[in-house]
Amino acid sequence: MSEATRGVIVSHAAVAQALVSAVAAITGVSDALVAVSNDGCDSGALAERLGRAIGDKPAVLFVDLPGGSCLTSAVRLAKGKTDVAVITGVNLAMLLDFVFHRDLSPAEAARRAAEAGTRAIRTPAA
Amino acid sequence: MSIALFRIDDRLIHGQVVVGWGQPLHVGFIVLVDDAVRASPWEQDLYRMGVPSDLEVVFASTEEALKRLPEWENDPRVGILLAGDIGTLVALSANSLQVKRINLGGIHHRPGRSQRLRYVYLSDAEAEDLRRLAAQGVEITAQDVPTARAVPLQEFA
Repeated sequence: MSEATRGVIVSHAAVAQALVSAVAAITGVSDALVAVSNDGCDSGALAERLGRAIGDKPAVLFVDLPGGSCLTSAVRLAKGKTDVAVITGVNLAMLLDFVFHRDLSPAEAARRAAEAGTRAIRTPAA
Repeated sequence: MSIALFRIDDRLIHGQVVVGWGQPLHVGFIVLVDDAVRASPWEQDLYRMGVPSDLEVVFASTEEALKRLPEWENDPRVGILLAGDIGTLVALSANSLQVKRINLGGIHHRPGRSQRLRYVYLSDAEAEDLRRLAAQGVEITAQDVPTARAVPLQEFA
């Protein structure tokens, strides 16, 4: 059996850690996600943090914004790697989908998560 | 208008620049002065990601920036000039009287640097370069976002 894909949340400030806690509280799954903050980092230091978080495992990098230091570091790290995928606009709904589909390849898990995250964005009538 | 902000930030184009400063200043263009990024279309695409389509990003080498500074200063839009290291702004300042103020927005830890502020780490040589620029009349402050206090250089270097 292939190794389960790891989720690494890359964010400003403490957003990533808060999302990890929320996923654990809702699902009871506490070993699927790792939080990485860009606090106090230049691009080199953030790349080091990301590299440590991924290790040599297949991974999906969930980035908070579709631009900026978190994204540039994530894309640089994923460049040329077939076992690392990047997705932006992380939200709780996409993470909840991801933790139950870690048997998929990073690319397929990222595609599913993007769909779940997009479906969660609504403007309900008040 | 002109270049409203000459900023040193080793994260280059990121949220504090595009949103934090870009929104209140109504910025129309960002000039990123970095020789390595200027030479890499892939890096340029990366830095363009997430920048609103109505905000132009210009990539320039230090040499190109020296030539084009007067053009940018006369642009009717508001601009931010951004460099990732102190040496680039020192080079621009040494060859242009147009750099009158420098904003230190993020210079992070590396071997040989010591912490001066939460987001500013400097080596002794870098601190000396900045003091020399200040002695020449360039106003240097540290301020990561517009709502923070602009900390004068003499308070941390």
